[in-house]
Amino acid sequence: MSVLVIAEHDNTSLKSATLHTITAAGLLGGDIHVLVAGHNAGAAAQAAASVAGVAKVLQAEAPHLAMPTAENVAATALSILPGAYTHVLAPATGFGKNALPRVAAKLDVAQVSEITAVVSPDTFVRPIYAGNAFATVQSKDPVKVITVRSTAFDAAAATGGNGTVEKINAPADTGHATVIGQELTKSERPELTSARIVISGGRGLASGENFKMLEALADKLNAAIGASRAAVDAGYVPNDYQVGQTGKIVAPDLYIAIGISGAIQHLAGMKDSKVIVAINKDADAPIFQIADYGLVGDLFQLVPELTAALG
Amino acid sequence: MKILVPIKRVVDFNVKVRVKPDGSGVDTANVKMSMNPFDEIAVEEAVRLKEKGIATEIVAVSCGLAACQETLRTALALGADRAILVESDVELQPLAVAKLLAAIAVKEQPQLIILGKQAIDDDANQTGQMLAALLDWPQAAFASKIDIADGGATVKREVDGGLETLKMKLPAIVTTDLRLNEPRYATLPNIMKAKKKPMETTNPATLGVDVTPRLTTLKVVEPPKRKGGGKVADVRELVAKLRNEAKVIA
Repeated sequence: MSVLVIAEHDNTSLKSATLHTITAAGLLGGDIHVLVAGHNAGAAAQAAASVAGVAKVLQAEAPHLAMPTAENVAATALSILPGAYTHVLAPATGFGKNALPRVAAKLDVAQVSEITAVVSPDTFVRPIYAGNAFATVQSKDPVKVITVRSTAFDAAAATGGNGTVEKINAPADTGHATVIGQELTKSERPELTSARIVISGGRGLASGENFKMLEALADKLNAAIGASRAAVDAGYVPNDYQVGQTGKIVAPDLYIAIGISGAIQHLAGMKDSKVIVAINKDADAPIFQIADYGLVGDLFQLVPELTAALG
Repeated sequence: MKILVPIKRVVDFNVKVRVKPDGSGVDTANVKMSMNPFDEIAVEEAVRLKEKGIATEIVAVSCGLAACQETLRTALALGADRAILVESDVELQPLAVAKLLAAIAVKEQPQLIILGKQAIDDDANQTGQMLAALLDWPQAAFASKIDIADGGATVKREVDGGLETLKMKLPAIVTTDLRLNEPRYATLPNIMKAKKKPMETTNPATLGVDVTPRLTTLKVVEPPKRKGGGKVADVRELVAKLRNEAKVIA
């Protein structure tokens, strides 16, 4: 019996979250197979086969898998699942969260969402209540369907593997929904969830315009830019910047929170960062309780000063 | 068009939860309970579709303890027309809730089901997608804009790198993300009116659904405490510490 990882990819390469998911898969025992459902996705399939620990890549090719819907990802996974796998894993990203519950429901099994540790092949740790508690849960179902929190597992080595690539038939388009457009935020910066340094702004920035100040700092540090829910709600930045319980979970080496008070909701998304810096004018802001280095003062003066000091 | 809006009663988002000393779970006794915030967005969206003349009836559903009636009354005060409580003392996990909702959907035949994308207690983010799979309906998870026209829906949804637009036929499932709308507050007259709106009660056995939990919680613990609280005097000290002490910048 084997473990199936559903790869998140862009047809040419694997998303880094897939590498973290493969590491979690390696803790379950059994061969690791990776499903690459895409279109002209040979390069992504090859990349998956090269990941250390991957025994086999199953490549499903079809035009409707180029920008696949949850329905079509689930249908492809379900076409190979029955009887063949003990576990099905996907990264707990927008991609995995969208598709995997469909797989679980069709198999009539529970899903274990966003695991942060593998205790044994049927027992996992996962955060609840915005990470204010961690539950150890055991699944009695014949197939364990799991999404994996990337920040809790190291990335598997992208090279050194020698898996085979097997082409499989993609099921026909379910016809449920069609992707008619994508507006992706273009950025030269590292991806928020995999960046080594993240700089986030909150309501203290007071406007979207002022995020430019963070960009200058981010350029110096080759950092990604994030935001608190308050800043997203206020319309300063798009939702995909959001770090928190209901946004992205990040754990970079360095997290700089600027003008962020530190609501539970936000802390849930960043408190596992290695080093946390907070800049806020309110000395009593909760963010300072978890910051390694707190700097109390006016961010409009301190951020440019910091940017200059890194010159 | 009928819209079904499933809602969940959860610990209020402002409450700092405490793990029980015996590790059996989170203490929910004498804690303020509210409607899951994403479900408020779902109710609001349904009400707006009704105000636009697109929806004709909004049915709110909740699964759980008898106390969920309060949460359903809130939905009625916000503009739902009637409510259904699926009463159960069993811990209802997402798959069980999805099955209960599927049974209700078969009975009610809504054209649209709008749910919150995740509940802020178990943070599972599963029920809407599971319901879509069980009904074999299209899904648009994490929606930030819904347009209904010509028997179909066009939904903008939040994806990791930005937005994606999906087109689908009805009936369909939509789960709400934050930016879909800003929910209104219930007014006092509407709270009074809500008391007279119909509420039906049923249970899993009547709906023919086995709700036995599939996951067993072995223990619940507090997260490791982060040792924070350090302060620096100025930017110069900050940069020096980041370089020499934390060694996270060059």
